[in-house]
Amino acid sequence: MVRMRLGIARTSYTTPPGLYALGRPDAESPVLVTANYRMTFDIVRSAMAGHDLWILVLDTKGINVWCAAGKGTFGTDELVGRIEATGLSDVVTHRRLILPQLGATGVRGHEVAKRSGFRVTWGPVRIHDLPAFMKSGMKATPAMRRVTFSFAERLVLTPIEITGSWKISLVALFLCMIVSGLGKTGFHWRAALIDGASAFLLYCAALITGAVVTPLLLPWLPGRPFSIKGAIAGIAIILAIHAHHPVGLHWLLLFPALASFTALNFTGATTFTSLAGVKREIRIAVPLHIVAGGAGLIAWIAGRLA
Amino acid sequence: MNGRSLAIDDGKCVSCGICIDVCPHGVLAFGEGRVRVDAIERCMECGACAMNCPTGALTVDSGVGCAYAVIRGALQGTAPDCGCGKGDCCT
Repeated sequence: MVRMRLGIARTSYTTPPGLYALGRPDAESPVLVTANYRMTFDIVRSAMAGHDLWILVLDTKGINVWCAAGKGTFGTDELVGRIEATGLSDVVTHRRLILPQLGATGVRGHEVAKRSGFRVTWGPVRIHDLPAFMKSGMKATPAMRRVTFSFAERLVLTPIEITGSWKISLVALFLCMIVSGLGKTGFHWRAALIDGASAFLLYCAALITGAVVTPLLLPWLPGRPFSIKGAIAGIAIILAIHAHHPVGLHWLLLFPALASFTALNFTGATTFTSLAGVKREIRIAVPLHIVAGGAGLIAWIAGRLA
Repeated sequence: MNGRSLAIDDGKCVSCGICIDVCPHGVLAFGEGRVRVDAIERCMECGACAMNCPTGALTVDSGVGCAYAVIRGALQGTAPDCGCGKGDCCT
């Protein structure tokens, strides 16, 4: 689970698509439909332990239900095809499927019914509500239908934001060392290592500000756009660092720009931002990131050479 | 700003309520026996309602608001692409 959250070799975390039995299901047992991201499948199995039911796993290329539905792999065609491929209509006598509500952006329920004969029941957003949902005769409370984004839910998503940016971090490490090594009298290896290391530490702090601090403090940071929240967190933290340990003008530009850009990239991990809204935000924020980042970099290099 | 592309055609709506079920933000609700937009500011235009409306009464310009995918798509000159399922991934 921890390795999966960190995203280490994450493509290997898939479950073969198909029909699975949980407990001892029979021809009357309910059929749940889920994605083949192994963490999703494991959570479904553990949440429903003690129930006898069928689990129909779709081929979502190892992606969770929400992202896969958005991409269309958790979709009508895949579901109808998987019902046929598994011979589900011979396994169960009823014609009802329970799908996770967050799959509704990819699956057209009424079309599934028309093409396969199976009627789609939209289950709750969270699998943990499914036992109560089934007990009450497939009735969801309003709370079961709403997505949340609690502190804990945000926290588990932060490691991937850090590990997912390792390529950029490698470039940043290289850049920190090159620029730090620059001097009036040529390239200094000692400065490249020592000053480069402290510059890279600041880069890491900016990354953490955008990828961890901003998501965790989301409801309390001012502004609605993630880029503004990230920029504000970045400015606050670099000023706090600057007060104890002066960092130079360039970091006052680089740090908030980096934190803001990283925070902007967290939007995909949420279920609260619209495509139109994100596009609008990118059009305004990214040029500012480039200007602030570029100015910061020039100021930094100029400072080393002056 | 949010949800401004969401529209209901009252003439086509048969009040089945599936849109209310699939909406993850409680944007829609029954009112006066019909489906009404109750909290447009919470709409993220995910498209679940329009996708599952059996009569095509609901329309919305949908898409998932993932900045990473939008930026990646712009750099590649393609539609938004998070690259998930091909190695690196977002969630």
